[in-house]
Amino acid sequence: MSIAPKHIEQPSVLYMDGVSVSFDGFKALNSLSMCIEPGEMRAIIGPNGAGKTTMMDVITGKTQPDCGTVLFNDQHDLTRYDEAAVANLGIGRKFQKPSVIESLTVFENLEMSLRGGRSVWQALRHRLTAEQQDKLDHILALIDMTARLDTFAGNLSHGQKQWLEIGMLLGQQPQLLLIDEPAAGMTDEETMKTAELFKTLAQHHSLMVVEHDMDFIAALECRVTVLHEGSVLAEGSLASVKANDKVIDVYLGR
Amino acid sequence: MPVQATHMGPITRLLTQDKNGRRLLLVIAVLAIVVPFCNLLFPAESVLHISTYTMTLLGKYLCYALLAIAVDLIWGYCGILSLGHGAFFALGGYAMGMYLMRQVGDRGVYGNPELPDFMVFLNWQELPWYWLGFDSFAFSMLMVLLVPGTLAFVFGALAFRSRVSGVYLSIITQAMTYALMLAFFRNDMGFGGNNGLTDFKDILGFDLQSDGTRAGLFIASALALMLGYVISRVITASKLGRVLVAIRDSESRARFLGYRVEHYKLFVFVVSAMLAGVAGALYVPQVGIINPSEFAPIFSIEIIIWVAVGGRGSLYGAVIGAVLVNYAKTWFTGAFAELWLFLLGGLFVLTTLYLPRGVIGLWPPLQQRWHRYRQQRDLVHQEDCL
Repeated sequence: MSIAPKHIEQPSVLYMDGVSVSFDGFKALNSLSMCIEPGEMRAIIGPNGAGKTTMMDVITGKTQPDCGTVLFNDQHDLTRYDEAAVANLGIGRKFQKPSVIESLTVFENLEMSLRGGRSVWQALRHRLTAEQQDKLDHILALIDMTARLDTFAGNLSHGQKQWLEIGMLLGQQPQLLLIDEPAAGMTDEETMKTAELFKTLAQHHSLMVVEHDMDFIAALECRVTVLHEGSVLAEGSLASVKANDKVIDVYLGR
Repeated sequence: MPVQATHMGPITRLLTQDKNGRRLLLVIAVLAIVVPFCNLLFPAESVLHISTYTMTLLGKYLCYALLAIAVDLIWGYCGILSLGHGAFFALGGYAMGMYLMRQVGDRGVYGNPELPDFMVFLNWQELPWYWLGFDSFAFSMLMVLLVPGTLAFVFGALAFRSRVSGVYLSIITQAMTYALMLAFFRNDMGFGGNNGLTDFKDILGFDLQSDGTRAGLFIASALALMLGYVISRVITASKLGRVLVAIRDSESRARFLGYRVEHYKLFVFVVSAMLAGVAGALYVPQVGIINPSEFAPIFSIEIIIWVAVGGRGSLYGAVIGAVLVNYAKTWFTGAFAELWLFLLGGLFVLTTLYLPRGVIGLWPPLQQRWHRYRQQRDLVHQEDCL
């Protein structure tokens, strides 16, 4: 299978070049280009309708772009895969609205997320191994839910659901995490705890975090990309982006 | 505790955890022994005698219960609301009916050793190719599984791959059963048209009118129901079952976790269709006829009502619902036949509004109240003793 040539040299986890998507004439993405390096954490900001969710849909195989290149690890053309295949390649996605399986327990949600065993037959014959148990214990400790193991996910608070979903993402052991507004609906304390968690995760994963909360972005201490009308408006450190006149005009306000 | 449970296999889970399921299996097993026993061993005038009519009626309920489990498996656990499951039931029934027709041999009204009566009547010269093989019981039983299974596979593969779901899927399943009904009504389909297949004589050489054969069919239905329950429970208690629930609650989450939703739906749809086929196959020799009315959309909707009334997503609730509603139907169509459909519709509305978890949803609160009552009584008793 042929892979479109890249326009830059350095290796990347995610490489997007000239990606456009339109819905009934509305250009949700307009020749979007972006590159995420291995192990990088990137924050994405931008006004509503800037194309943040559409971008994630394109990366995760939910939406087919009209044109453009989307590469994962410089070798997989993501536009040829569907959601399940993209997930199994090693890209995890967290939705804006927490989407955990409410009628299963915390434990069952996490167990289901564990890497491997995706076929019907494997699922029917599944038994938890000691190794998987350790992995689960580790995730439970990380998201601070060891005591809530048997709670039905539907009975968790909003913030806890967000954390559980992040835990499920980790269970997939993805290389790249796409996270849509994790701090939405969280208390200030939870928001800061989440930022700390992400910094820990960034040691082993690449992360792309879409967020509106500027305090949260500041706490992440990472590069920031500003999207506007489906393409990149500015990119750089939070301070440089904040000082950018175009960004102030369309997003931050004067 | 779910934590330990995940280390167990589904069978161990069934034996150690599924209390209501074990109760259900026990009740069916007892019925399977007691009913034929009371029918065969006690004379008709004895108080303990169970008439052949009652036994056959109960046998019919057991078949309906298996059909309800099949529907609960896809609707209660995977959220696939099939309004055409009667079609799989009827196809299983027709496969059995064809075998029973071939068993008639030259004992039909026209005495033709080669052709069933309705074909002689329609001036058919030879047996159509798709009737070949139905002389064999083993082949027919294979068809009971394969015909509904194959239809479900083809239909499901097309529908689930195109991501048809929700109300659209319900509508096309309904259209499927309706189309089959119209097709089977046609005389030139070779399935007896309007009249269907009837006037059966015997099964495996046993006279269908004899009490002994009826008792055998009753026991077979009970065993099939138990086996159907165990298969369904093994599926729902495994990780596969939890993936099904995930698909029901949040299909996109399941997809983004890397599960191929269409494969899971297809698997459970085919298993369900096969269970429905077996239910139909056991139903036909007991009622003595299969005709296209079993394909009628209203029948498929009735199945949904059984499951809703019993309580979806528990398997045993479906069994309770099927028996309750059909018992009510037997009684009502005897007493006020014309009111039955109104009652059925009313039942569905009331269940949806006031009993979203069905009849079995009534149980836990009652149980709690009983425990509280007992605790209080014990307290009072202790105080009295002091």
